[in-house]
Amino acid sequence: MADPKDLKRPAPPLAPTRDWAGALGSASPAAAPESDVGLMGSALYEKGKTVHNKRIDGPFRRFKWLVMLVTLAIYYVTPWLRWDRGPYAPDQAVLIDLANRRFYMFDIEIWPHEFYFVAGLLIMAGIGLFLVTSAVGRAWCGYACPQTVWTDLFQHVDRLFDGDRNARARLDKAPWGPAKIARRGAKWSVYVAISLLTGGAWILYFADAPTLARAFFSAEAAPVAYATVAILTGTTFWLGGFMREQVCIYMCPWPRIQTAMLDEKSLIVTYKDWRGEQRGSLKKAAKDPEAYGDCIDCLQCVAVCPTGIDIREGQQIGCITCGLCIDACDKVMADIGRPRGLIDYATLDQCKAEAAGAPATPAWKALLRPRLFLYLGVWALMGAGLLFALGTRTHTDLTVEHDRNPPFMLLKDGSVRNAYTLRLRNMESRPRAMEVAMAGMPAGTVMWTDAVSLENAAPAQVIDVPANATKLVRVYVMLPPDKSADAFAFRLTSLDEQGEQDVTETTFAMPGTE
Amino acid sequence: MVNRRIDEPTGTETVGHEWDGIEELNTPLPRWWLYTFYACIVFSAVYVVLYPAWPLIDKATAGTLGWSSRGDLAKEMSAANMARQGVFQQIAATDIEKLPGSPDLMQAAISGGAAAFKVNCVQCHGAGAAGYQEFGYPNLNDDDWIWGGTLTDIEYTLQHGIRWDAAEQTRVNYMPAFEGVFDKAQVSAVTGHVLSLSGKAQPNPAGAQLFSENCAACHGPAGGGSPELGAPALNDAIWLYGGTAAAVTKQILAPRHGVMPAWSGRLDPVTIKMLAAYVHSRGGGQKAAPAQIETDVAQTPDKAKTDG
Repeated sequence: MADPKDLKRPAPPLAPTRDWAGALGSASPAAAPESDVGLMGSALYEKGKTVHNKRIDGPFRRFKWLVMLVTLAIYYVTPWLRWDRGPYAPDQAVLIDLANRRFYMFDIEIWPHEFYFVAGLLIMAGIGLFLVTSAVGRAWCGYACPQTVWTDLFQHVDRLFDGDRNARARLDKAPWGPAKIARRGAKWSVYVAISLLTGGAWILYFADAPTLARAFFSAEAAPVAYATVAILTGTTFWLGGFMREQVCIYMCPWPRIQTAMLDEKSLIVTYKDWRGEQRGSLKKAAKDPEAYGDCIDCLQCVAVCPTGIDIREGQQIGCITCGLCIDACDKVMADIGRPRGLIDYATLDQCKAEAAGAPATPAWKALLRPRLFLYLGVWALMGAGLLFALGTRTHTDLTVEHDRNPPFMLLKDGSVRNAYTLRLRNMESRPRAMEVAMAGMPAGTVMWTDAVSLENAAPAQVIDVPANATKLVRVYVMLPPDKSADAFAFRLTSLDEQGEQDVTETTFAMPGTE
Repeated sequence: MVNRRIDEPTGTETVGHEWDGIEELNTPLPRWWLYTFYACIVFSAVYVVLYPAWPLIDKATAGTLGWSSRGDLAKEMSAANMARQGVFQQIAATDIEKLPGSPDLMQAAISGGAAAFKVNCVQCHGAGAAGYQEFGYPNLNDDDWIWGGTLTDIEYTLQHGIRWDAAEQTRVNYMPAFEGVFDKAQVSAVTGHVLSLSGKAQPNPAGAQLFSENCAACHGPAGGGSPELGAPALNDAIWLYGGTAAAVTKQILAPRHGVMPAWSGRLDPVTIKMLAAYVHSRGGGQKAAPAQIETDVAQTPDKAKTDG
């Protein structure tokens, strides 16, 4: 047992906690300030600091608004889209029907045995992330990641109730009184409302949305629906309302993976130190223009940052490359009459060239790299392959299981009977008649099923398979006396204009061949 | 011995021991970990009170909630039985020959019968219901039925058994032993005739004569057998005790008589009905002739008729 005293003893951290500068060989000569987490810091945990990011307007902010609107709309609206699939299948455009083991996505219907399509989509999503990373760095983190979108949403709620950056910081520090309780109560109820909507929308992907929504509010939905909503409401409230950038910095594996994927040719948000340093206020710079750079140390880039970092310390794990600091800095530069782009999207290589005196290269030129086209090629190839497989798959399937106990049955007249369990799969959204025939059995061999008695035995049987279903049929095959057989094939043919076929080989057991 | 000191490069205290020059840094647990540990201790204390925990000589402490895994099983079993009650009652209320008329009910009966078969029947008839010829346990998959293969026949056999003395209405017949009645040539002739009925030997007039005098009464003039009397058909490819000349001879001289227990009283009527449905579904079940559905139970062969 550890001495309880040890737990109280302040211990220095093994590594500076918030010093990511230089993690990737930062080009910033403005080295990160000496870590202030020294002997006085606690190695056990670091208390989260609330980030009160300032409102800002600009092209990147507007783009972020757009992405947020689109992604939220996709998330909340998709379950309500309808898609006509005829009377035998649900009419929800996107539906993960776990109970019936079907996955519907517009015109595509995936069965459990075709799960490789989903696996393929996931691999495509993975390669897609690589593709996006190699093209525009951590754009996913900055704009489209649900954590970013919901954090952004909650930060707007903060702003609506508590005012902008300074007002929020003041309120945070203010003692709890009726006014603060009222404000927090109102704000947190909006948090809960958003979280409930988020959790509520999630379950609609797994059942018919209007039905489930009605059942949910009349307390008739399944307990798992309420549990799921409760859990997702809780996580949304906690992760979006309070954890926020802590998720990106401490919990999410993606920034770690990103550090391995970014190189000096990747687009990142960078502070152009050769232009900005030496920092100094406008007044100081006015006195001695030669000694000071463009950065007037106004800290606007820090104020607007949703993760609360200082981009001027260089590339760091907390930077989600949302570009809000670019908006803030460009605005300041315009105000003081200096060219924009002190903080900008650029690659480290571009920065190096620029620092050496080369003319600025447009950021989009960073896209022209072989790696991007390689990823694009692999990604497109996979997509094309999946589409091809999807377009050419048959909607019928036959599997055969030969009875093994007993393997054969000798009948009174010397005929030999074998029994098989057939699985007929109909993947069309309509009932279909299918013919089961035998190939390779001697003439006179007949078959019948549980539904068709021996008197109606025939060389082939027509079986009605319900829409969207697999039908299990027990089939008896009878070989006339004095003939012999050891192997044959069942041939399934759909009796419609498609005429789809599936052939499955099996064995025929005889006395003496056991 | 204990010599705690601050390690220079990391600034962390050591645990104070030294092994061949190797020291260990003392890195305290994160606070959340410690709290989780305390929570686990509290949880276990509560658990010990509520649930079975301490092993005693022949059982464990019961726990104040009275929970047990056997209790859980009993509850689940009774819930499953309750869920099946509806189907059971329907099966009980349906005449067995009318079961095939409602495919869902028939399917339920077959499934229930398959489960009951595994418990009660496989010991003799085998897991695949194919029987064992060396012991004379009949195959239930084929289309040859000694005592009839309609649903009603099979149900009757299940209820009352075969040569089961404890059952009043059991199916009984005995084939006389011809040991000492036929001489060697006569036995050989009859064996030849019996085998010729299914095309396995050349017909011989002496055997035919003996057969019509001694055997045809039960087995029929052409050896077609009689389900009413439980006399097996001799003119087909299926043999209860084997179809070789030696096996047939043996059966003529000293017939063996298989016994099947009566299941009425051991199994409830619904299970027996479901077993009959399952056996009937194995591929050889016969359809009742239209007239036979109306047949009264009294007309079914019973002990009184066949005994003697």
